[in-house]
Amino acid sequence: MSLHKHKTFSIGGVHPDDNKLSAHTPITPLELPKMVIIPITQHIGAPAKIIVQRGDAVKAGQIIATHEGFVSSNIHSSVSGKVGIIEEVMDSTGFKHTAISIRVKGDEWVENIDRTDTLIEEIVLAPKEIVARIMESGVVGMGGAAFPSHVKLSVPEGKHVNHLIINGVECEPFLTADHRLMVEKPKEIIVGIKVLMKALAVDKAIIGIEDNKADAIEIFENLLVNEPGISVEALEVQYPQGGEKQLIQALLNREVPSGGLPSDVGVIVHNVGTTYAIYQAVQKNKPLIERVVTVTGKSVKQPSNFLVRIGTPVIDVLIGAGGVPEDTGKIVSGGPMMGKAIADLNVPVAKGTSGILLIPKEDSMREEVYNCVHCGKCIEACPMGLEPYRLLLLAKKGNHSRAKEEHIVDCIECGSCSFVCPSNRPILDYIRLGKTQLRKQKKQ
Amino acid sequence: MSTEIIYTVISLTAIGIIAAVVIYFVSKKFAVQEDPRISNVESVLPNTNCGGCGQPGCHAFAVAVVNTGDLSNLHCPVGGNSVMKRVADILGVQAVEKDPYIAVVRCSGSFEYRKKTSVYNGTSSCKIEANLYSGDTGCAYGCLGHGDCVDVCDFDAMYMDEKTGLPVIVEYKCTACNACVKECPKDILELWPKGKKNQRVYVACLNEEKGSTARKECAVACSGCSKCFESCRYDAISMVNNLAHIDPEKCKLCMECVGTCDVHNIITTNVTPEKLQQGDEQRLKHEERARKKREAEKLGAQQSNNEPPQA
Amino acid sequence: MSTELLTISPSPHIHSELTVPQIMRAVIIAMVPAFLFSIYNFGLGALYVTTFSVIFCVAFEYLIARYLLNKSASIYDGSAVITGILLAFNVPSNLPWYVILIGSAVSIGIGKMSFGGLGNNPFNPALVGRVFLLLSFPVQMTSWPVAKATLSLDAVTSATPLGVLKEGLRAGESVDVLMAKMPSYIDFFFGLQSGSIGEMSAFALLLGLGYMLYKKIITWHIPVSMLITIFVLTGIFWLSDPNKYATPLFHILTGGVMLGAVFMATDYVTSPFTHRGMLIFGFGIGLLTVLIRLFGSYPEGVSFAILIMNAFVPLINRFAKEPRYGAKRAKDKELETVRH
Repeated sequence: MSLHKHKTFSIGGVHPDDNKLSAHTPITPLELPKMVIIPITQHIGAPAKIIVQRGDAVKAGQIIATHEGFVSSNIHSSVSGKVGIIEEVMDSTGFKHTAISIRVKGDEWVENIDRTDTLIEEIVLAPKEIVARIMESGVVGMGGAAFPSHVKLSVPEGKHVNHLIINGVECEPFLTADHRLMVEKPKEIIVGIKVLMKALAVDKAIIGIEDNKADAIEIFENLLVNEPGISVEALEVQYPQGGEKQLIQALLNREVPSGGLPSDVGVIVHNVGTTYAIYQAVQKNKPLIERVVTVTGKSVKQPSNFLVRIGTPVIDVLIGAGGVPEDTGKIVSGGPMMGKAIADLNVPVAKGTSGILLIPKEDSMREEVYNCVHCGKCIEACPMGLEPYRLLLLAKKGNHSRAKEEHIVDCIECGSCSFVCPSNRPILDYIRLGKTQLRKQKKQ
Repeated sequence: MSTEIIYTVISLTAIGIIAAVVIYFVSKKFAVQEDPRISNVESVLPNTNCGGCGQPGCHAFAVAVVNTGDLSNLHCPVGGNSVMKRVADILGVQAVEKDPYIAVVRCSGSFEYRKKTSVYNGTSSCKIEANLYSGDTGCAYGCLGHGDCVDVCDFDAMYMDEKTGLPVIVEYKCTACNACVKECPKDILELWPKGKKNQRVYVACLNEEKGSTARKECAVACSGCSKCFESCRYDAISMVNNLAHIDPEKCKLCMECVGTCDVHNIITTNVTPEKLQQGDEQRLKHEERARKKREAEKLGAQQSNNEPPQA
Repeated sequence: MSTELLTISPSPHIHSELTVPQIMRAVIIAMVPAFLFSIYNFGLGALYVTTFSVIFCVAFEYLIARYLLNKSASIYDGSAVITGILLAFNVPSNLPWYVILIGSAVSIGIGKMSFGGLGNNPFNPALVGRVFLLLSFPVQMTSWPVAKATLSLDAVTSATPLGVLKEGLRAGESVDVLMAKMPSYIDFFFGLQSGSIGEMSAFALLLGLGYMLYKKIITWHIPVSMLITIFVLTGIFWLSDPNKYATPLFHILTGGVMLGAVFMATDYVTSPFTHRGMLIFGFGIGLLTVLIRLFGSYPEGVSFAILIMNAFVPLINRFAKEPRYGAKRAKDKELETVRH
């Protein structure tokens, strides 16, 4: 680590213990499960339209549900086998959604997919073709929000983008999926960045990596010596630096206006996992049917990073990491700050599932709640400069118009306020409720 | 010394008089003119400010009735017809009678019947739990049991039954103000006509899943078997999305459907066992009659088939 | 895997180590140096008063919470202990036990629990009790026992340096003459002066401040803005007429300024939320303290200043907001080209 202080975002932020238990465990492919369950809503936007029927034979990489409208995404079969029952199942959102189950048989892939490891550097496709290919391959943001990538790449008229930011921050404690990908597939990621730069017609790209991943920073620094357009920037560890808005501010000192998009300040942000998926989609014609998932937690026998087929039930992933420990009290899909707790081990891994975190029983329960002591720590922690304590009160009272004046919609739900609150107040619970009710009110 | 006291008294009195004069003129100048009928109406209203009429409060309701002068759309559910009669008298218009309503709980998935599938550990609020996931039991439609509805009830007309985990409505206190109905994120509470002699019949389930799935989630879920639907002679029961629903407007309170439900999920209130038995007997009679009729028809059809076609 | 059900709760699923009881514990630890020094200075009197005060405060909190408010007792969060210690820090070490009892009752009963307990009180409870006692028992509250370390004044009870200054100036003496009767600044700094139990030693209080800053319990904003305001304002007066006004250093080191800046004004509940608000709050306290000290009839004004500013906190909270993300427009030149 160098002596001078690295950049970071300036408003708020917290420092949870990073607990990157699996940082040095290489990515290993997970054994194929007996059955996969592929939800048709793994992304933000309209659910995909199912085009297979029960009993159909499918190959890995075959489209089984097509996108409905522009803000939607294609869904591909991640395995070869027979389509089973299509019904509503519980997924990692905590609600039931329609999903296609496929009974696995062999591992046959669609012919034109390049499954070799050879690096293809030459980009033959034209910008429009790249976007079309990404859309075709069902690539979505793999950092968690799962926003369809082709939508992000289609910059609206009148906006000019001059910077591409690659998000290698992975600020969530415990998770190491992006970290391992950067260490193991840096060349592919660089080609992916070039693909994105070509599609967006920008000449500057920055990879932002927190300085607790020194190995990844060094690898990229060495590889990028002869790449004038692409640079790597080490960032001081601070949560939630992986938030788009925070990362843009940390790297370029630009602030996305309230209610705006990164393209309003001339920036497009993509996650490293997404960049890798884009490389595979564009250069190798491989749709998004597998991703790296970190299985971690203090009680996990072998914290690991697995290459998992989309739709694999969580239980199969956990068995690969040595089974579920006896004292598990909570299983979280995603990281500890923003992940969702799941109740059912048959929940499938989706495109946005970056990790599975096991929390032991003694840490799984919330602690006693005290009155607000006005310490102001939530305000200090809020990366959006809001007043979480006030938003809690307003949401609790149902005063939505005042909550809106206090910019409740700017909240990125990072959880920093609830994390720091010494009174253990459920601040984010109520802010989320306030946001939902405000949305409902708007619809009426 | 005494002169000082005199000066003080005089000056303070003078200030007082001047202030009084100023206040007098200001109050005259800025006096708010309001229709006296508004305060008259307000005085006969229950003044609970519950919002059950759809207005923000009793004063707003009074303003609204005085301004529109029409009672067909404005009704105070708390005061009921007697209060509305007095309001109508004040305004000198025709009173509009409305059937009294009451809230009913359309979930019967008590702890006993509906097993937990996870432990919810967030803030104890139905709205927040509903915002997070489908609930801590298998049933995504059932009551979450944190009592948000009880918290908003201004009339102390609800409580959470600790044995079942479901809210209970205190019949004589409920004013049908709609507060609990609006609050419930799962729409379990519903306003229901109070009915003749306070008798009501409704299906206490909202689960729309297929019968087998629903029964797995809750032992008393409506499986959509349609037995009650078939037994109803008044078309009051409809089957939508594997769920039976009784239309209170059409229901004649014959109680014939009650016995058909194999999980006893057709709930009746204030109905005597005799009447239920009577309903069952009636139904059996009707079924018997229908069976005979069918047999007769069958027989008739057979006969007509057996008869050789006449040339 | 056990057959027990998994827990579900909204994110975040981890929590920082710092909780209310821990904060309260850290504040109590921060008060230890000042407490030890007061025992050294006043002997067992300080110990008795502090012990009584803490016991009374905790007992009142328990009784009121349990039997009047019908809540579960909230004494384990430690806030009543802090109120008790702070009340003791603000009174002389020879205060009779029944006066402490009344002070504790007012602090906890009126100052805190009548508003709904921890987190809801607009005024610092210890100061409410202190000011009540000051107005109700002026004699007992201003008969300071002579400190063991204070050698300059030869009596059983002695006036505080501020009292000596105020009386002297009223009698027409000049500051120089009065200062000669008092200990040196070094003595002031280490606490060799007369006064209430906890306000003696600036050094001991600063140790506590350092600990709280290190533990990130409080931020620097309130103490620094309050002390700077007092220093600058008294400095201006001192420069204008050194014969009539004492030096800024004198004002900083005597009376309750240090105790107020470190423990009373920084009370979470009764101070503003935001850093900007804290700066305004500290400035207000400093201003009022100087006004009361220089022009009021009381020699000391920190308690009143803090209580008055407590009343302004809701107003400050409403208007002093932190900069919001996305509110400012970036002045990036490159960005300008983006827009056009």
